[in-house]
Amino acid sequence: MTEGVARLAKGGRIDRARPLRFRFAGKLYIGYAGDTLASALLANGIHLVARSFKYHRPRGILTAGAEEPNALLRITRGDGRVDPNTRATTLPLFNDLDAAPQNCRPGLRFDLQAINGLLGPLFPAGFYYKTFMWPASFWKRFYEPRIRAAAGLGEAPRQPDPDRYLHRFAHCEVLIAGGGPAGIAAALAATRAGARVILAEEQPQFGGWLTGEGALRARIDGEAPDAWLEAALAELRAAGNCRLLPRTSVFGCYDHNLVGLLEDVADHKFAPAAGEPRHRLWKVRAARVVIATGMTERPLVFPANDRPGIMMAGAAATYLHRHAVLPGREIVIVTNNDSVYGLAGDFVAAGARVTLADARREIPDSIALPARNRGVELLPGTLPAGSEGRLRVRQIHLRSRDAGTTLPVPRACDLVLVSGGWSPNLALFAQARGELRWDAELAAFRPGPAHWPMCCAGGANGTRRLGEAIADGLRAGAAAAAAAGFEKPAPEPPSVEEGPAWTVEPLWCVPGCSSRERGEAFVDFQHDVTARDLGLALREGYESIEHVKRYTTTGMGTDQGKLGNLNALGIVAGEKGVPVPAVGVTTFRQPWTPVPFGALVGANRGPLFDPVRRTPMHAWAERAGAVFEDVGQWKRARYFPREGEDMQAAVQREAKAVRASCGMLDASTLGKIDIRGPDAAEFLNRVYTNSWAKLAVGACRYGLMLGEDGMVFDDGVTARLGEDHFHMTTTTGGAARVLAWLENWLQTEWPELRVWCTSVTEQWATMTVTGPKAREVLRPLVEDVDLGRDAFPHMTFRSGRVAGVPARIFRISFTGELSFEVNVPAGYGLHVWEALLEAGAPHGLTVYGTETMHLLRAEKGYIIVGQDTDGTVTPFDLGMGWIVSKKKGDFIGRRSLFRSGMRRSDRKQLVGLLTEDPALVLEEGAQIVEDPRQPLPMRMIGHVTSSYRSPNLGRSIALAMVRGGRERSGQRLWVPRLDGPAIPVEVTSPVFYDPEGTRLHV
Amino acid sequence: MLRIPCPFCGPRAEIEFRCGGEAHIRRPADPDALSDAEWADYLFMRGNPKGVHFERWFHAHGCQRWFNLARDTVGDRILAVYAMGAEPPAGLRREAEVRGDD
Repeated sequence: MTEGVARLAKGGRIDRARPLRFRFAGKLYIGYAGDTLASALLANGIHLVARSFKYHRPRGILTAGAEEPNALLRITRGDGRVDPNTRATTLPLFNDLDAAPQNCRPGLRFDLQAINGLLGPLFPAGFYYKTFMWPASFWKRFYEPRIRAAAGLGEAPRQPDPDRYLHRFAHCEVLIAGGGPAGIAAALAATRAGARVILAEEQPQFGGWLTGEGALRARIDGEAPDAWLEAALAELRAAGNCRLLPRTSVFGCYDHNLVGLLEDVADHKFAPAAGEPRHRLWKVRAARVVIATGMTERPLVFPANDRPGIMMAGAAATYLHRHAVLPGREIVIVTNNDSVYGLAGDFVAAGARVTLADARREIPDSIALPARNRGVELLPGTLPAGSEGRLRVRQIHLRSRDAGTTLPVPRACDLVLVSGGWSPNLALFAQARGELRWDAELAAFRPGPAHWPMCCAGGANGTRRLGEAIADGLRAGAAAAAAAGFEKPAPEPPSVEEGPAWTVEPLWCVPGCSSRERGEAFVDFQHDVTARDLGLALREGYESIEHVKRYTTTGMGTDQGKLGNLNALGIVAGEKGVPVPAVGVTTFRQPWTPVPFGALVGANRGPLFDPVRRTPMHAWAERAGAVFEDVGQWKRARYFPREGEDMQAAVQREAKAVRASCGMLDASTLGKIDIRGPDAAEFLNRVYTNSWAKLAVGACRYGLMLGEDGMVFDDGVTARLGEDHFHMTTTTGGAARVLAWLENWLQTEWPELRVWCTSVTEQWATMTVTGPKAREVLRPLVEDVDLGRDAFPHMTFRSGRVAGVPARIFRISFTGELSFEVNVPAGYGLHVWEALLEAGAPHGLTVYGTETMHLLRAEKGYIIVGQDTDGTVTPFDLGMGWIVSKKKGDFIGRRSLFRSGMRRSDRKQLVGLLTEDPALVLEEGAQIVEDPRQPLPMRMIGHVTSSYRSPNLGRSIALAMVRGGRERSGQRLWVPRLDGPAIPVEVTSPVFYDPEGTRLHV
Repeated sequence: MLRIPCPFCGPRAEIEFRCGGEAHIRRPADPDALSDAEWADYLFMRGNPKGVHFERWFHAHGCQRWFNLARDTVGDRILAVYAMGAEPPAGLRREAEVRGDD
């Protein structure tokens, strides 16, 4: 481990006193605090870091920012912390960072699948679609797994994520995306106006261009730009109304100015500190947004433009000036614009030999002379024509633009810098539906009218000079604050000394790229899309740029085409012979940079994934060893196994005990809605199928609720507590839905009804005491209520006291046995429960769970909405025509019941099924057929909805929905199965136990 | 995510609300008088305009009140909120009629 070979002895913004140890592909290296992983690799002379997606071509570090398509590495931090596809160019270096290349076997320098590159002519756009079509069955078994193994980038980590992620919501008047000179200026203006400001910058430091090349190119108010930068940041930090968020990427601008920010809290360290989250996801609602995201440099599309050692010129400027890295010593710069001339001289000054090949024939002396004077060899009218070098560029072919001939001798070089001009970063602006306008002078899109209240400033707005960017930022910040109610004139811009604005001559593709003579010309590096692929897509008839994009996959990598999209548009425009803006742009989608799933999920995982609701008796059930099941958000006791019992044994015992003596169920989760008002009975008449007007006070009634389409939607028992007062119960899972349904009708359709609905589900603890001995169990605890058979008949309710607690007792039954549903205020639930247990002990009271409840009700043929029904079932299908009132007039869903299709005799109807072998239990959901010997696919005439082994009947029972089922009573049908012969069953009534209901009325 | 101005609670994030679909569809007073086709029209057929759309929203995780809202389906701008039972603002109604269900 030594000082990096390419590190300069002085300069840069790195801390040479703080060396950092890191590993790449298993080898140890040294970098410095202030490095990114990419700059540290380059300082150690490493360009080759990856193999490409499709052809496995060797690839190097291309950029110095979020637009990086190549340098995607796997970062390991131990403890299950493995991150694929991490951009080396934005990851700050930290001690013990361990990076490894992806998508190469056995290794980076020798990758077996690089043969794909030699076979390049065989892999054009749409190759997979065209080639792997036949035979169709091969796709899933053979082609897809092979292609997936060969292509692709990183692997997802396999261990649970050990880190914490937090979400944070915030509001502000002005949110500024991008902390370069324009963003800082906007923040200054808005902050001074008094607005609440958030300034987010994806890099660790604010200042953008001023922290690299810009520091040398301009003076602000007569001083180095650092002075202005430091003063501005100090003012913002001190202001109190400006929040500075470094290492925070604005990844998405959404409707109504919702802005998504990803803050790297600990990702730039080996591991988060104790209690520290790794990322913080901000959801900010901003009155105004200022996009100050600067510009991104475009590559040039020329043959073999993708070798390691070929790099964006602006990136090289960052590495040279910010990180004191000289990424090469024999440098050829290829360009079509002025922005690289100063940099060319900087590299000469740093000790490199520099040739500058400019595609433009005429270079003004004001640009050319200073560069020549600094020792740059300038070749105007010269185009790149190809490159050589297997794992690093070794030489570049240049040719004269006019002669069209290759210069006889290729230039030897170890670094090729590319600049094809600069494009405003308008991804965020366009995500938020802002329009883009073509600017011929920039040869790029500029922002047009915004859709939501936002604007662009600085480079993103098309300014090319520092002074203009700062002035633009000040103006934008002041305007944004004013629009949000904080009026103050924009501050005076500082005076800036700098060179003239750069000019550019568009060059979307070097002529001749359509031949493969000198290698493929890559447009999208991440997805290996070439200029030829784009041409092919057009020739094959893909007209719309959106189709060209999908067919070639250009711009569809994790970099979202930050580098290549405009070149692709330019090439398509050239092939079609139309101006670039006529091609249109593809839709910009969030996110700007990839967002980890962990950050999106935040704290909503494990126990916090979904709220958990527990009944007042939950703790008791836990102690009693209950096995719970989830019903909606509720935890319900499913069964109470005793020593050595499995579910089957426990349920058989519980179900037998209920019918033999007495059982008790915690039914607190049942939905309960308190309904009051003078029109309450009328309202129930409209929402239930049966009639409620004449229900006596003190009586209960079972009701079915239909959707307006006539399908069963919920059911339950409702009691009339008073003339204007009802207590409605709903299914456990349907409680919220039913309340919303009732409110919907009351508020929107029938506002004239004076009815008020209140959810009281959690106010009451409900325990069902059921079985022949229920009365004996309850009697000693009940005051003020005569439990006698005639004094308190079935389907009535009484108020009184149970175990000293005010209670509502409903004599209703879901088991077919004598049953009392005791409702007490939730806080007393456990007390009453325990009192009942004690009172019931001499009678053999058995606590049972939901599984036994299901079994007992199935013995009686009582339906469960959502299990035996599925949203396509009418009351008639259930054989419950008796509950549909013919007399009371209209109710919700009634008209639908009389549509022609609803009365067809071949609709699926609820029936019972008995297997011929009483020991066989059918599978719920199993299909039913008439003839098991018919050829496949068989005609399915129904399905099993509920199926149990019944201890009380000594055999299996099932409920099913069968076409024309009631007509088939006594018929033999078949239930085919995958693992054995079809099971013969007999169609019966769905009521298996006590069909006369004598046990209810004891 | 939209920012919806609940007439009772003020501006709130869309996740607090539930959309109840097209507004101003009255339940027929006498469903029996309707043919199956007319009933099906009430039940299932909804407009899908490009432009002004009147719709019902429910502040489910807030005041639990229903209200009407006019939204531009092209740009998702919210043009008006108004009470259940009220007519949409006249200007918007004219605009909606001009553009129709295209």
